[in-house]
Amino acid sequence: MLTVKNLRAKIGEKQILNGIDLQVNAGEVHAIMGPNGSGKSTLASVLAGREDYEVTEGNVQFLGKDLLELEPDKRACEGIFLAFQYPVEIPGVSTVNFMKTALNKIREYRGMSPLDAVAFLQLMKEKMKLVEIDQSLLSRSLNEGFSGGEKKRNEIFQMAMLEPKLAILDETDSGLDIDALRIVANGVNKLRSKNNATILVTHYQRLLEYIVPDFVHVLYKGRIVKSGGKELALELEAKGYDWIKNELAIA
Amino acid sequence: MTKDNQVLEDITSKEYEHGWATDLEADESPKGLSEDTVRFISSRKQEPEWLLEWRLKAYRNWLKMTEPKWPNVKYPKINYQDIIYYSAPKKKTGPSSLDEVDPELIKTFEKLGISLTEQKRLSGIAVDAVIDSVSVATTFKEKLGELGIIFCSFSEAVREHPELIKKYLGSVVPMNDNYFAALNSAVFSDGSFCYIPKGVRCPMELSTYFRINAANTGQFERTLIVAEEGSYVSYLEGCTAPMRDENQLHAAVVELYAMKDAEIKYSTVQNWYPGDKNGKGGIYNFVTKRGLCAGDHSKISWTQVETGSAITWKYPSCVLKGDYSMGEFYSVAVTNNYQQADTGTKMTHIGKNTRSRIVSKGISAGKSQNSYRGQVHIMKRATNSRNFSQCDSLLMGDQCGAHTFPYIDVENNTAKVEHEATTSKIGEDQIFYCLQRGIDEEAAVALIVNGYAKEVLNQLPMEFAVEAQKLLALTLEGSVG
Ligand SMILES: Nc1ncnc2c1ncn2[C@@H]1O[C@H](COP(=O)(O)OP(=O)(O)OP(=O)(O)O)[C@@H](O)[C@H]1O
Ligand SMILES: [Mg+2]
Repeated sequence: MLTVKNLRAKIGEKQILNGIDLQVNAGEVHAIMGPNGSGKSTLASVLAGREDYEVTEGNVQFLGKDLLELEPDKRACEGIFLAFQYPVEIPGVSTVNFMKTALNKIREYRGMSPLDAVAFLQLMKEKMKLVEIDQSLLSRSLNEGFSGGEKKRNEIFQMAMLEPKLAILDETDSGLDIDALRIVANGVNKLRSKNNATILVTHYQRLLEYIVPDFVHVLYKGRIVKSGGKELALELEAKGYDWIKNELAIA
Repeated sequence: MTKDNQVLEDITSKEYEHGWATDLEADESPKGLSEDTVRFISSRKQEPEWLLEWRLKAYRNWLKMTEPKWPNVKYPKINYQDIIYYSAPKKKTGPSSLDEVDPELIKTFEKLGISLTEQKRLSGIAVDAVIDSVSVATTFKEKLGELGIIFCSFSEAVREHPELIKKYLGSVVPMNDNYFAALNSAVFSDGSFCYIPKGVRCPMELSTYFRINAANTGQFERTLIVAEEGSYVSYLEGCTAPMRDENQLHAAVVELYAMKDAEIKYSTVQNWYPGDKNGKGGIYNFVTKRGLCAGDHSKISWTQVETGSAITWKYPSCVLKGDYSMGEFYSVAVTNNYQQADTGTKMTHIGKNTRSRIVSKGISAGKSQNSYRGQVHIMKRATNSRNFSQCDSLLMGDQCGAHTFPYIDVENNTAKVEHEATTSKIGEDQIFYCLQRGIDEEAAVALIVNGYAKEVLNQLPMEFAVEAQKLLALTLEGSVG
């Protein structure tokens, strides 16, 4: 589904990604871990098409298309979804209205007719249940005055609504209480299928107990320095990043 | 040049949608302004002697006045002798049905999306369309007539209801109120008159579409709305104009008069030609709008969505004379390219326990300048009066300007006046968030701007709000920097 080859990117003069290689197949869950500032959010942003970053080398194939050639909104329409680490506020625009606009834009891109009000409402009700989110939250201005946890849950609700092929969750677990974490994880698990894939950016092993990854990658200084199965996360939790850093120093 | 700026350039170059002219055989006054011009207009309209005298008095006043210099707008000197002050579509007598209306005119309406026929009728709107200076079609008159409501062109009102016009003309905006009001009083061509009798709730939105048509013709409408005790009316004004090379002067006067317990809601969507993307052409819009809450517990509410005109000079105001009377001003003013707007409101609290509320949302893009100018004046007698003002500015790009000039004048220490102001920029983060959900840049800007202006748009009647939303989106497409 997604093939990243030797991806290098910088912002201004600062080189952040230093040759990322990553292969994500349909049906898989990949966890990306790594110390603060290692480039996890940058990788997510570059995949989503944020313009502040300049790709200096490498290429990315997504479902047979050259991803880097596509505008960010087209990438979303192709099925890439990013749950933001810091979702922004849009005053005066409700989540409901926002999702209606987004969903119909994506449908338009795919040559489908817009959903009518009834069908949209039905879909919304169904997805609300899935992520146990309250209607009243969805009628408020998007993210305005939301608690940290509410923002994250709202991101997952949006993901459920848009049913992406590849979802990238950037620290969606941070700031969630135990119950919310379980709800969010349940939502993600229910949305998992053999046709879609998920990249989880996280600092905590705890999330990976709920959403069991097929692969764990460690990002360090803009490079994937170690990959393994789910046990790698446990090992990291036990030994910390110094273990990786030392290993690299020796090599 | 960043990509956003590129998009801005591309899309703001979209041409004005309503830019075309209709060829109607015009019956015009010669160019220029003199007592003879005033007499020409008055005689063309077969006006009574007292009205001619009133006009002449206004004209003589105007001669002694000077153009205001304080607005934050710049424009070349207007040559008042180079303007045609009267022009009317040729028609001996007013038509009684649409079949009698000039087919060119019907086409004009259609291009504007105004249908005088079934659509509007079914949606419950009576349309009094003004093309140039003469009202040519009025619908729904009979139905309103049954309730005793008068809704007609100003000229007709002068003929049919002279006692009302004589009583209220100039009662809210005196003929010598300001330079442009005096000019209007001297040469006003036509407009609308609306009278709601005691205790009557007008069952439909009253709607007027103005349109500037014949080349080089200033347009000077006059609107007068009188709401008797305990009555209610909601009035819609929508405007659009054809593309012109010369600047066109427009100086309208609107007077609202609300008796005890009466309520007048006045909504405007203004979309006159703003000039091209280089700042050439466009309408000069110098309007005087004022409402008088004459009776206790009366209420006047102005809602405006201003997207057009090269220059806007406009301060819909409320004089809160009756005790417990209330004034509201809700405004969205958008400027793009080289547009300049100096707009706001004036709330004058005279009566006790009077309330006013101001919500102003300015949006500037391109190289435009957008100023909010508001005055809250609490007079000595106005015990326990309240005002709340919220003035927000939204900037798109870094070549435009937003300015706020609030004047607060409190002469009674029991009054409470609150003023809040914010300035923000559409963030790249907000745009990217939308893009990431599949929403393209144009739609993203529309979404964000409509969200920003929501509190004001919510004040508009439903069908108008939808139009206004589209207009905002159209005016600002891609204007992100
Ligand atoms: N706009 C920017 N200007 C300058 N440096 C930036 C910018 N954005 C990111 N960086 C730098 O790039 C590096 C990687 O940032 P990134 O946000 O990708 O890290 P991260 O792995 O997501 O960290 P965290 O775990 O704290 O979320 C950091 O050193 C950061 O300061
Ligand atoms: Mg991060």
